[in-house]
This record gives sequence, C-alpha cells and structure tokens, in this order.
Amino acid sequence: MREIQARDVTETVARLCQEACIDLGEDVVQALERALREEVSPVGRAALEQILENARVARAERMPLCQDTGLTVVFVELGQEARVVGGALPEAIAEGVRKGYTEGYLRKSVVSQPYSARINTRDNTPPVIHYDVVPGDRLRLTVVPKGGGSENMSALRMLVPADGRQGVVDLVVSCVDAAGANPCPPIIVGVGIGGTVEKATLLAKRALLRPVGQPSPNAEDAALEAELLSRINDLGIGPGGLGGRCTALAVHVETFPCHIASLPVAVNIQCHSARHKEAVL
Amino acid sequence: MQISTPLTDEVIAGLHAGDAVSITGTLYVARDAAHKRLVDALEAGRPLPFDLRGQIIYYMGPSPAPPGRPIGSAGPTTSYRMDPYTPALLRAGLKGMIGKGNRSPDVRDAIVRYRAIYFASVGGAAALIARSVREAEVIAYPELGPEAVQRLEVVDLPVIVINDVYGGDAYEAGKAAYRRERTA
Repeated sequence: MREIQARDVTETVARLCQEACIDLGEDVVQALERALREEVSPVGRAALEQILENARVARAERMPLCQDTGLTVVFVELGQEARVVGGALPEAIAEGVRKGYTEGYLRKSVVSQPYSARINTRDNTPPVIHYDVVPGDRLRLTVVPKGGGSENMSALRMLVPADGRQGVVDLVVSCVDAAGANPCPPIIVGVGIGGTVEKATLLAKRALLRPVGQPSPNAEDAALEAELLSRINDLGIGPGGLGGRCTALAVHVETFPCHIASLPVAVNIQCHSARHKEAVL
Repeated sequence: MQISTPLTDEVIAGLHAGDAVSITGTLYVARDAAHKRLVDALEAGRPLPFDLRGQIIYYMGPSPAPPGRPIGSAGPTTSYRMDPYTPALLRAGLKGMIGKGNRSPDVRDAIVRYRAIYFASVGGAAALIARSVREAEVIAYPELGPEAVQRLEVVDLPVIVINDVYGGDAYEAGKAAYRRERTA
C-alpha cells in the first residue's frame, strides 16, 4: 500500500484553489481568442476583449479572475492501492480550502443554514467533495471553484423516453435562452444524460472538466454537441449578453445508461471564468 | 460618455440603452443580504446606513483586498436576485444600479416610473474592473463579510446602459439583432 500524507493533500488543495482562481486555463484562453476572431457583433467583440484582458491582468497581478471565487468542488480519484495517512482525507481537503482561500485573498462565499440564517462560514468551507476509487496507487485531486451566478442558471429535468433526442435539444437550448445574460456568457454547457437524478447532475458537472471544445469520443454524442452549440449560438445572446453569435464556447455531453422509464437530463452552466486545476500525488 | 455621481435627472435623461459610459465618483456596494436589510429598515421606518437619494448601488461582493490595494477583484453579480427589493429602493430615491443580467418587468417599469437607470459591467472582468476602484470602506453590516455595504470611490468605471427611462433594453435589442430563428 502506497502511503500519501494528509498534509500533502492539504498543501496541494490550497495551491490548486489559488491557481484555479487566478490562472485561466490555456484551453479557455484559446477558445476565447477563437471567439474573438469569429464574433461579428462589435459590442460582443468588446466584451471578449475585456474578458481576455482580464485574464492577463489576473495572471500578472495575481488577482482572482472573478470576485466570485466559488463554492469549492473537489473531485477525488483515490487509487485502490494507496492510502492517506496522518489525518482524515475529507478534513485534509477542507483544511486545504481554508488555507487556500485565506492565504490567497479569495472570497469566502459559503453560508450555513441555507434557507434561513445564511451565516457566512468565513473560510469557504465546507467544500463539496466527490470520491471515486480507481485502479493504481495515486491520488488525483481536481479543484473546481464554481461560481454562483452560472450555477443558478443550471437545470435538471426528468424527461420521459418518448421525448428522445429532440426533448434533450429543446431542454438544453431553452435553458440557455432563459439564462440570457445572467450566467456571464460566453458559457460552457455541461450536459449529463441518463443515470438517475444525482448521476445525471454529476455527469453534467464532470463534462465541464473536459478541455474546452474537445468533442466527445462517442460520435453520436459529438454530433449532439455540435448541434446544441450551433443552436445555442443562434440565440443571439452573445458575449456579456449584449448581442452576438458567441453565446457558448462549447457544449460537452456525457451519458450513462438509465432506467426503462426514464430520461434524466441535467444542464450545468459554466461561465467563461471556467476554472479547474488538478494534481496527482 | 463620462458621468459623475450623484446622478441628476438631466444626466439620466441623456442616457440610452446601449450607451458606453464611464463613471467617476462615489458608489455604494450592496448585494443579496444587504438588500434584505435595507428594505427591512425602510419598511420599519428606520434610518438607512447611507442617503440613497441620487446614488448608484453596485451589486457586488469583492474578494478581500491584498496588502497595498484598496480592494480585491470587484466585478458585478447577477442583478435579478435584487429585483424583489429594487422598486422600494427606487421609490426611496435610488437613481442608478450597476450589475449584470436581465431585470424583471416590475423593475423595468420602476426604472421608467422613478426616472432611474440600470447599467451593466462585463461579468467576470473583475481584476480589470478593480483597477477603477481607488478607495473602499465598509460602512454598514460588517458581519455580512463579503456582503457588507461598502462605499467606493471609482475613476472611469466602464459600464453599458441596459435599461433607460425610455423603456429601452440593451439585452433585448442585442439579442434580437443577432438571433437566427429556426424554422425546422
């Protein structure tokens, strides 16, 4: 059994929180630059120029890309031949969030008692952690600071089998149309199809981790992604919601088998500040 | 176009949906939790922590100021969450709002009725926007942390007029100009 120290988990999570909030991924930067070349709307191009300039300023001045540094979602893949020693893994991750958000001057955006008192927890904990056990002896940590504005525009619908592919297309396009300028377009749209209520939603969130615009390896899903992107970019919402042809940078579809009675579809919207960083211990 | 705060009726009358505007002067920062408190105070007849009349509220919750800076990143938050509170604040004399995203029909009506203006800045351009902020001071509800009410002094804060006193809506107009309807 390979041993991984809990304190190394904490240090890694703290570092990933800060890097994710400050350094926009190169895949996102390239997608924004392509959008700037292709956008026909002058006001849309101006918004894209500001977004790209913002990424340069954030990187140079070590400032968060967005003041909303998110609720911290952490994906954990723990190799079945590794174990964490010197502390509990969930607490080591939470301590990393606490340290990263405090030392990195990141905003603490979490409140307890969500439907009543809503008291800020002051250290951005607790994170939302998803665990998977995988072959091997490594620990992979992916930190995803998820902003509230785009998360609020997300949706889950339990379609029925008769709704089929068209039902999926209509749901995703209407969700983006209704969101309008709210989720900070150009957005990335994660779509989870199949499984159960929680599985579809998790697929949609995981879909956001794929490099921006990399098509699904499944040809049918890749064709669905292309059709959804085309239809979304015909909505006219545009960068900043000010009008234009680039409303989404990419649509990523992930699927899973489902019950004979069901067709669960989850839509997870990601703003252009598409932040995630990973490390392997 | 350059404008300064507080806003006058004449300045507001000269602003039209889609105009690019640069704001210099004092802004008040308030978002979800602070809006609830402000409107609770109004309804209870208690004094507000600042005089709303002629002022602009910026819907924002900054990241913490690093050493040597007045503020952290400082971009707009989504405005519709403040819609339930906005007509009451406009009735009390508030004249301008900065945020991002679409407003409700009630808010758009109130903007026309009370001769006010709604601006947007580019969501997510928060490190860039922070360069326009020269001073920041928490003036009320410090226990709300990032949701406390702050007074900002800004220079040349770039915004776009979304909803004007003539019923114009830059989001609707922009979307209509670039929308392609599918017949299939």
